[in-house]
Amino acid sequence: MITFEHVTKKFADNVGLEDISIKIEKGDFVFIVGPTGAGKSTFIKLMQKEIDADSGKITVNGKDITNLPNREIPKLRRSLGIVFQDFRLLPKKTVYENVAFAMEIIHTPAKQIRRQVPAVLSLVGISSKADKYPSELSQGEQQRVAIARAIVNKPTVLIADEPTGNLDPDTAWEIMRLLEQINLRGTTILMVTHAKDIVDKMGKRVVTIEKGHIVRDEFGSYGKEVNGKGMYPGGLLRKSYVR
Amino acid sequence: MLGSLGYSIKQAAVQVFRNRAMSLASLFSITAMMLILGLFFVLIVNVGVAMETAKMDYDTVSVYLEDSVTYAEANTMAETLRAMPEVSEAEYLDKDTALSQWKSQSWGENSYLLDTLPENPLPNSIEVKVKELSGADAVVEKVNTFNGIEKIRYYKETVEKLVKITDSLKLAMLIIMLFLVIVSIVVVSNTIKLTVFARQKEIEIMKYVGATNWFIRGPFLVEGIFIGIISAGVSVGVVALAYSKIIGMMSRDMTLMIGMPMVSVGFLSTNLVWVFLALGISIGACGSIVSMRRFLDT
Ligand SMILES: Nc1ncnc2c1ncn2[C@@H]1O[C@H](COP(=O)(O)OP(=O)(O)OP(=O)(O)O)[C@@H](O)[C@H]1O
Ligand SMILES: [Mg+2]
Repeated sequence: MITFEHVTKKFADNVGLEDISIKIEKGDFVFIVGPTGAGKSTFIKLMQKEIDADSGKITVNGKDITNLPNREIPKLRRSLGIVFQDFRLLPKKTVYENVAFAMEIIHTPAKQIRRQVPAVLSLVGISSKADKYPSELSQGEQQRVAIARAIVNKPTVLIADEPTGNLDPDTAWEIMRLLEQINLRGTTILMVTHAKDIVDKMGKRVVTIEKGHIVRDEFGSYGKEVNGKGMYPGGLLRKSYVR
Repeated sequence: MLGSLGYSIKQAAVQVFRNRAMSLASLFSITAMMLILGLFFVLIVNVGVAMETAKMDYDTVSVYLEDSVTYAEANTMAETLRAMPEVSEAEYLDKDTALSQWKSQSWGENSYLLDTLPENPLPNSIEVKVKELSGADAVVEKVNTFNGIEKIRYYKETVEKLVKITDSLKLAMLIIMLFLVIVSIVVVSNTIKLTVFARQKEIEIMKYVGATNWFIRGPFLVEGIFIGIISAGVSVGVVALAYSKIIGMMSRDMTLMIGMPMVSVGFLSTNLVWVFLALGISIGACGSIVSMRRFLDT
């Protein structure tokens, strides 16, 4: 579970986020939408403690991370898998090595790595490409590898910042189905996206951020672009939130 | 933990090899710095040893007496001096004894040359040994109140000058060394920065997946330490070789002339190994930590 309570993060001349309150339950599938520069990535970076909030309180899995000491940040990040628009695979490592790498750096025993990597590659449907290098893969395949790497350490939350941004519609849908499958296994999914059609068709919870505020938090659709109906003023923590 | 050490060493070896031009550059710069340091070290150690010897040899005040001074008078003087708290010994030395001592000590086999002297050129004297060099002034002051003194010879000023020179030499060395250490750290950190840049993506991913800062630093730290250790080895080798050559040359013609005992090569190099190793490792480690600061600050 993730909560933000009255969180504000200002940059030198921009408002990143202002007085944001939100609650994301374990197992949720949440889209975060909004125009460019709205503060979506800021929202994610706060969760990962890549940047610190100016005020307010953030909890991840019940733990208050607002004043988390630096040495505990790695532990926090191990519980948050992340996937980016540009995949960010290591070009000189094979598919297998890219995924194994994520386990090596948290000191996983070699035996466990040898067992788990093939399992996760098979889960994302890319077993046959284990020995290929990223440059030998299609974009969709690369994103699958990135997802495999993000989930191999069994995070409770998978964060995806525009994971389909570089993909053609068919491939994008394949990735969405994969994310849905991962979600069904109990992983909370938080996906930032601009893809209106995907959001509309998936019928999940949609949080709209604009100019640093949560302006809408509803089930189902992308909603109108600016100040549309169904807007919730101030983005308050909504106790009446219906599942 | 052992697993991650293996990982670090493997990565570091690969990186040093990939960046061999820059690694070599920092190796040269640390080595050059250490050689200069080694030079200082040799200088300081030898001057220090010379100083100690000088202090021991030159704790004597020689009071030369005019021939008119009688044996009894001289003995009274010696006794007065012996009573001073600064003085450990004061002996009357007649000119004949002095001559035979001089013959055997300074002329050795060639002492027969002095046999032809028509007259003993040396005066009678009182040889005063002081406990501390600083007490020499008091002795001289006292001696100046006596009658029949031809000349007073002592080395206090010379020795004090030497002490001053060694002290400022040490200070200069410390400052230059500090400067060189900083330069070396900068050079090493720039070398490692290349590796860090080359692996920026990897570092970013490591951070996202939850690697600890020390795990991320590991390979870079090992890389820096690696360069430091190699530099230390090369430096010790060069200094030891050069020094043994110098000593070889000196002992033939010069040691006698300078009258300066030289520290042995073995002593020098075993000491230098530790100094250089410690320095190389610290410089390497500092360099890599400095190079990564910007990349690891969250
Ligand atoms: N490190 C930073 N320093 C200064 N300003 C920043 C920084 N990071 C973000 N901002 C500003 O904060 C605002 C929100 O940025 P953010 O990256 O969260 O937008 P976004 O919603 O992710 O946009 P996009 O859809 O284009 O990715 C923007 O105005 C941006 O310029
Ligand atoms: Mg963004």
